[in-house]
Amino acid sequence: MSAKSMQPSFGLKLASGSFLAFWCLVAAFPIFWILVMSFKSPVDAFNESALSVIFGPSTLATGKGVSALDILLLIGIVWLTAWITTKRLPNLVRSYAPAGAQAIGWGIGVLALAVMFLVLMLGVAPWITSSLGPSLGPLGRDIIGFTTEHYTTVWVDRGFSRNFQNSLLVTAGVVTISLTVGTLAGYGLARSGSNLAFWILIVALVFRALPPSVLVAGYLPVVINSAEWLAPLLGENAPTLYGKPWTVIAVLVAINQPFTIWMLRSFFQNIPAELDEAARVDGCSHFQAFRRVIMPVMWPGVITTGLFSFLLGYNDFLVTSLLLDAQNQTMVPAIAGMFNMETTTTDQVVAVAAAVSITAPLFLLVMVFQRQIVSGLTAGAVKG
Amino acid sequence: MPFKTFAAFVGPSIFMMLLFIAFPLASVFSQSFHVTQPVYEIVEVETCTPGFLTQTCITEEKSVPKLDENGELIKIRRFVGLQSYANVLELGRAKEALATGSWQAFQNIDFWKALRFTLTFTLITLPLVLGVGLLIALVINNASARVRGPVIFVSLLPFIITPVIGALSINWLFRGDGILTATLEWWLARDIAMFAQAWTIEILMMLYRVWHVAPFAAIVFYAGLQTVNQDSLESAVIDGASRWQRLRYVVIPHLMPLIVFVTMIHLMDSYRVFEEVVGFSSQGHVISLQWLTYDFLIPDQAGNRSISRASASAMLTMIGIVLLLIAPLRRTWREHKGGH
Repeated sequence: MSAKSMQPSFGLKLASGSFLAFWCLVAAFPIFWILVMSFKSPVDAFNESALSVIFGPSTLATGKGVSALDILLLIGIVWLTAWITTKRLPNLVRSYAPAGAQAIGWGIGVLALAVMFLVLMLGVAPWITSSLGPSLGPLGRDIIGFTTEHYTTVWVDRGFSRNFQNSLLVTAGVVTISLTVGTLAGYGLARSGSNLAFWILIVALVFRALPPSVLVAGYLPVVINSAEWLAPLLGENAPTLYGKPWTVIAVLVAINQPFTIWMLRSFFQNIPAELDEAARVDGCSHFQAFRRVIMPVMWPGVITTGLFSFLLGYNDFLVTSLLLDAQNQTMVPAIAGMFNMETTTTDQVVAVAAAVSITAPLFLLVMVFQRQIVSGLTAGAVKG
Repeated sequence: MPFKTFAAFVGPSIFMMLLFIAFPLASVFSQSFHVTQPVYEIVEVETCTPGFLTQTCITEEKSVPKLDENGELIKIRRFVGLQSYANVLELGRAKEALATGSWQAFQNIDFWKALRFTLTFTLITLPLVLGVGLLIALVINNASARVRGPVIFVSLLPFIITPVIGALSINWLFRGDGILTATLEWWLARDIAMFAQAWTIEILMMLYRVWHVAPFAAIVFYAGLQTVNQDSLESAVIDGASRWQRLRYVVIPHLMPLIVFVTMIHLMDSYRVFEEVVGFSSQGHVISLQWLTYDFLIPDQAGNRSISRASASAMLTMIGIVLLLIAPLRRTWREHKGGH
């Protein structure tokens, strides 16, 4: 009886299903739309008619478009890659990679897939369309306007690849250092019930609430004048810290530290303390117990925290735009600059293409690490 | 664990937080009471312009920055007390505006404008985020297991996107005759310019923030819904509780700690609203407290950064954070004492 009475009525089911569909549309639409815009000529991209944006008549008029055959090929290649990644790759890695080197196995597998994808996209697909296209009649004719010229403009002419490298450097630095420092502290805090540990956590919570601009107001004068106050220590060649990626990495690690230690602490608390006590009885020191016994079971927590550190470094605008010079600019401030400086619609579409470029890695990240992200979001809440 | 080991584990993290958080805070505090300026001196300058037959020479007094022997500006740092705070708050102007009862004039002062927007933004987005998040969580929970994975994937996209880029992508939908502005115009049958006045921009910024944060709330609540006690739900059904009553008296009390958690995180994060101002390039109409500090920090046309004013506005921003944190910190402290 209870199972039946708990069942939702048909009307409720309908309402809840349509709300779900509506939410998915709202969630994905802006991202999908800038993706579509980035492949069109400016006239189409900023057209007020949705159909013009999707089918791109004026892009087509300039001779840039894709045929039904191209679209079928594209869908086929993407589907094949996705299928191999989700269905075949895990088994392959499990059977061929040695036990300790699963991560390396994944790295090689993903790299091989990326190479395969590029070869299919840039080598095989154009060959098929050029040889088969003319003989297929209507299937081989261009039907949708499509151009990749904005991506070429961004990545080749505007030097966006340098921004990309800078972002990569900053993000990699933030993730590595955050995790190294954070796991040690998280473990120490989780295993110590002292008042001091409690106070450290509380102060970290207060620091978590600080707006980054407050801190940057403190760094800026010090960083800009660093040549002066470092001179007594380092002599004539004292470096100016302003504009150096290392400064930004240190700042972002520190800003991220409160969050990191709270999150890692909650993961460590889920590991029974008996585990390291057993290791200690067997003669391990605290550090050995941490390295040999706790770390191997901690990887899920470390990966999750690493993901959030990655997001912080990758998404940051405020710190990077204030502390880096134009030479070492990362992607986000570069795109914001493009958007604000450029006035013609062509330049706007170039900025759209840059925005899509910066979002693509995040999209892949959610695809691969969806479960870890969800567990990370809830980890803080359950303990909090 | 002995103190020494504890210190070894925690040391590096504490060191980084002291050096990069506590020290800058202290330095901001001290900067807000000081001003660093180049030293000026009055010199007589004779400027001559070649004229017909004779040169025309004018002697005038100019104030020139003093240089040291290396040709660098000599700067001095002097104590100005609350001067920088007064410069940021502009109390005189604010009082005058309030005395004449002119809200418009009051809102022309940057600090009060930023404060007004930051508070409105925080208070309006909070219930929306909680409500929309709870709704999405309930709906996902009711959906069949097969669609849950894909729906969570799609829901994570707005949350994970770079904030500035997310705001930009919404901006592009509305800019000029963007697709959504065109749709609105067609629907309301009137001309609409989303970026011509402050209130439409504010609505867009709030919508963006709800779009960005609601998935986070939804996933936290969804995790909480998995642990709702089925027995109490069933007994509620037997007692004749309607669906709404079950939600109101069983589910929501169960989710209460999570609602408090999301509220705290959202208050902290939306109080430092900043990326929206950049993404919607709304600084002409709408600014936030954190943007105000940021604006003082970027060099003006002469290349000067107004560090002391930035510090003062940063310290004023901090007051809000302190007020925000008092209640939860007291609660944590009581729990900690109760736990021992």
